[in-house]
Amino acid sequence: MRRLAPWGVLGALLVPFALAAAPAMSGPVERQAVNITAISMFLTFVVATLGITYWAARRTRSAKDFYTAGGGISGMQNGLAIAGDFMSAASFLGISGLVFASGYDGLIYSIGFLVGWPVIMFLLAEQIRNLGKFTFADVASYRFGQTQIRTMAALSSLVVVAFYLIAQMVGAGKLIELLFGLDYWMAVVAVGVLMMIYVIFGGMTATTWVQIIKAVLLLSGTTFMAFAALSAFGFSPEEMFRQATEIHPTGLDIMGPGSLVQDPINAISLGLALMFGTAGLPHILMRFFTVPDAKEARKSVFYATGFIGYFYILTFIIGFAAIVLLAQHPEFFKPEALSAEGAVLSERLISGVDGGTNMVAVRLAEAIGGNLFLGFISAVAFATILAVVAGLTLAGASAISHDLYASVIARGRGSEATEIRISRFATFGLGLVAIGLGIAFESQNVAFMVGLAFAIAASANFPVLVASIFWGRMTTRGALAGGFAGLFSAVVLTVMSKAVWGDVLGHTAPGPDGAPVPIGLIGLDNPAIVSIPVAFFFIWLVSLLDNSEQAQRERIAYRAQRIRCETGIGAEGAASH
Amino acid sequence: MQRKTIDAIEANPHYQELVRSRKRFAWVLTLLMLAIYYGFILTIAFAPELLAVPVAEGAITTVGMPLGILIILSAFLLTGLYVARANGRFDRLTKTIQEEAR
Repeated sequence: MRRLAPWGVLGALLVPFALAAAPAMSGPVERQAVNITAISMFLTFVVATLGITYWAARRTRSAKDFYTAGGGISGMQNGLAIAGDFMSAASFLGISGLVFASGYDGLIYSIGFLVGWPVIMFLLAEQIRNLGKFTFADVASYRFGQTQIRTMAALSSLVVVAFYLIAQMVGAGKLIELLFGLDYWMAVVAVGVLMMIYVIFGGMTATTWVQIIKAVLLLSGTTFMAFAALSAFGFSPEEMFRQATEIHPTGLDIMGPGSLVQDPINAISLGLALMFGTAGLPHILMRFFTVPDAKEARKSVFYATGFIGYFYILTFIIGFAAIVLLAQHPEFFKPEALSAEGAVLSERLISGVDGGTNMVAVRLAEAIGGNLFLGFISAVAFATILAVVAGLTLAGASAISHDLYASVIARGRGSEATEIRISRFATFGLGLVAIGLGIAFESQNVAFMVGLAFAIAASANFPVLVASIFWGRMTTRGALAGGFAGLFSAVVLTVMSKAVWGDVLGHTAPGPDGAPVPIGLIGLDNPAIVSIPVAFFFIWLVSLLDNSEQAQRERIAYRAQRIRCETGIGAEGAASH
Repeated sequence: MQRKTIDAIEANPHYQELVRSRKRFAWVLTLLMLAIYYGFILTIAFAPELLAVPVAEGAITTVGMPLGILIILSAFLLTGLYVARANGRFDRLTKTIQEEAR
């Protein structure tokens, strides 16, 4: 089964691609005509990654192979894979679109996503590597009641993965519909099926290589794009900024902070969620088990931070250059954005981009390198989504098989073969759920979901993880209380925020001009500023009040945990092959 | 891990030095990153106009642009600083401790 299946499914996959060609030609206006260049480049990527999956499947025998690629990934490779896991299509297309629309605000967002990495480096990377085996729950539950802490960690992992996955699937469907001219549901199914093949057959090895290839493609594509764009301004950022401010409807305002950040509380809260959320994302934390030791774990963060930071600088250049360069191409705009002479109207520059501002990077690719480069960037965007969802699904499946099944249900007595089988079934199940939810949420507003995923990661996973590593007095009860308090407050506050209460649930109030505007029950857009302290407070309070016998044992066990954490004595090694 | 081994390692001056110096170094760098980032966020929140000042008379480029890039670079440099120290001095100490624990 392992030898044949990837190729059989590839054949099945090609069918919808072929079928899609005919009806898509007459699709809605904003959709692309079927893009043959893009599809053939993407198919090349698919064939290459399926080849890797086939190779990976033959090396994936033990649970360690499946969850961590045998622990033999180098720091450099893992750094690229982490970057591949983290640089989503949302950050490539979304942030360049944000820069295009509001200039400097886009940079503020990128910086928020980046600064979590040093924190991971200083407080978590090597500690996680030394203490854990397959999932971050290994670390969080190290000296605690396995059943309770693992259940909680698995639950919050699954919640984070679910929200992140829905946002990715919906984004994938819309993007691919736009780029490739495929129907929305076909795009979602294609992403879901490919991702299942990578993970089920190739486990972490295939997932890692898909992420590495995607990272290299994305970094080289955006590098070319940024350099080509800058060359149009004689490599002078000043010249680029000058022309951009002349064309952009808000003029010089794009050169400083704008409306993204409304008030100090929301600014800090968003910053907290971005910074500490990164340090609590299960699919990111899982990557630290793929390297052989603490030294390589540190190197991975160093390389990842470099790649991600470089990438954000490129998206910033791309967004700014697009303001000037797209305005020279009226064909990229809706008819109503053009003057009688056919030039782009400055005041319609932002609203008039055909396909919306998320398409800015893609349009710029076309402007720079014609259809060939457009095809390349479209294929890269598709590959980007695939790599991210594969990583997410693997993390979700490990939470089910390694944490829930092996440690909670089988209590460590299940066989390794059963555990791997369960994680494959879990991947299949999660894939189906992702496809189903992706289709169900097609016309829903999912913008809040990535924010919510980061908020939950920052408020439930991060505090428990940090306290279990650094605070010897924490007990099982304290961790449970803090973790659930963080999870619960993050979800409740998000539901009460404008993004969900107003935009999704449709609660409105009359605005200044009498027209209804969406409102929230509270003025807080992101819960982190409340929910992170709530989690730490409950960890602290309940742990201090806990004087049970178990709590005493756990406090004593911290000494051994700390030695392993600091020195790596007793840590999981790399597999021998 | 045996109780005896734990006691021995905890009493090892190399171990104490490792724990102390790594803790200090990691928290100093963490606080530095937090200070840089929240300094930036608070400037945006309370005095956004400071970032919109041109870098020179008549220039379009604002102070915020190089500053933003510098923050990105600082994140990279701080992680580099940690790796340099950890892969050198901390790992040498760790190796000594591991050998002495044998």
